[in-house]
Amino acid sequence: MSEKNIDLTLNIWRQESPEAKGHFEKFEEEISPDASILEVLDEINNRLEAEGKAPIAFESDCREGICGTCGLVVNGHPHGPLPKTATCQLHMRNFKDGDTLYIEPFRATAFKVLKDLIVDRSGFDKIQVAGGFISFNTGSAPDGNAILISKELADQALDAAECIGCGACVAACKNSSAMLFVSAKVSHFALLPQGKPERYERVQSMVKVMDENLFGSCTNTYACEAECPKGISVLNIARMNREYFMAELKTGTDE
Amino acid sequence: MSQLKQFFNSSIGKKLVMATTGILLILFLVIHLINNLLLFGGPDAFNQNVALLESIKPLIRVIEVILALIFIYHIYNAYKLWWENKKANPEKYAVSAKKENSTIYSRTMVITGSVIFIFLVIHLYTLWGKYNFGMEGSENYFEVIKTLFANPIWAAFYFIIMIFLGYHINHAFQSSFQTFGWSSKKYTPLVKKIGTFLAIIFAVGFASIPVYFFLISLGGQG
Repeated sequence: MSEKNIDLTLNIWRQESPEAKGHFEKFEEEISPDASILEVLDEINNRLEAEGKAPIAFESDCREGICGTCGLVVNGHPHGPLPKTATCQLHMRNFKDGDTLYIEPFRATAFKVLKDLIVDRSGFDKIQVAGGFISFNTGSAPDGNAILISKELADQALDAAECIGCGACVAACKNSSAMLFVSAKVSHFALLPQGKPERYERVQSMVKVMDENLFGSCTNTYACEAECPKGISVLNIARMNREYFMAELKTGTDE
Repeated sequence: MSQLKQFFNSSIGKKLVMATTGILLILFLVIHLINNLLLFGGPDAFNQNVALLESIKPLIRVIEVILALIFIYHIYNAYKLWWENKKANPEKYAVSAKKENSTIYSRTMVITGSVIFIFLVIHLYTLWGKYNFGMEGSENYFEVIKTLFANPIWAAFYFIIMIFLGYHINHAFQSSFQTFGWSSKKYTPLVKKIGTFLAIIFAVGFASIPVYFFLISLGGQG
């Protein structure tokens, strides 16, 4: 336990509804450095409710950095300034006494603010439904060494599969592009034998749905990689581009 | 055909257009720079090269048209992307963390590109236009250039724009490799270094011409 509490000024985004105009509400808080930023919001909400005021709406679920539900922008950084850390794992010991924090929802046309810090990320669900799966039954767990996959390939696929679909890449991107998310999903299937048969249909339909859902285009600023709580590499985007080009060349050529 | 159109209108297709036209423009800049450096060889060396190009004028004209189309497609696609991306991300954060998560080169491509676009139009007018459609006595291309850069405003203008060009190329080169899908842990660091090297070569190489001629003009003789 750290010994001393710290004083922070929190400016938190409040917005009644998607149509309403939002604003920052200021909270002066004395906070334990051991609290996570979500616990700070919990405490503020307890007080607000006791006072009969509307609590701050925000999303969270597992609170151990693996579900991708939480997602706030702290001082311009999706999931806060600590690299490779989800919002729920961001503890106040990373801030200094007297710091001012701006806590906002993810901002993108594709992610409409529903209330306060909650955004509508159903665009990601639509992309996932378009191809982020294997459509045939792969059976029960195969015998060891029945399907040989090199360590290197398995590592790459699992690195891509680390994506928790939180949307930080979209929030970080100046163009609100979803390419890091989509490329992680495309890569994690395309690299493995079970995903290969449908790889080209998959990349084409996922990119199509991505484009239809108001996500911007990638201009290779790599802000997504820098802000990703799971450190998903932009090399996945390069791989998705290759998959997409191959898909374009291969589909419709064998009549 | 409509499938092909769909491909080039997809977010990845548009990236491919930027990267392909961009790399072709870099190739053009390499040729342009080599020709420029002949200026250091004096009027004879430079004008001989001009005469050589004059002798294959019809071919040059065809290349110019292709080059113009590449430029136009690159610029048109860039502004289209810029406009669409603005619509996809209309609201800014209260505190910007962009400096910490991306390079200034990557964020300012549309600005540096626009500056180069404006320059391109002026550049075509001041040199290419003057030489090709200009007044009498413009047979001596070397003289045309020498006269232009004797003016400190023109020399300074060209010099400053070349810094923008360097900024643009520094992001552009490695970005196009990423777009083509030619990225890997092994080669990308090298590609980035080559991009920066090219950016410096272009900026210094092109900027040296106005500086050289301006300094000559100060000396009062050629």
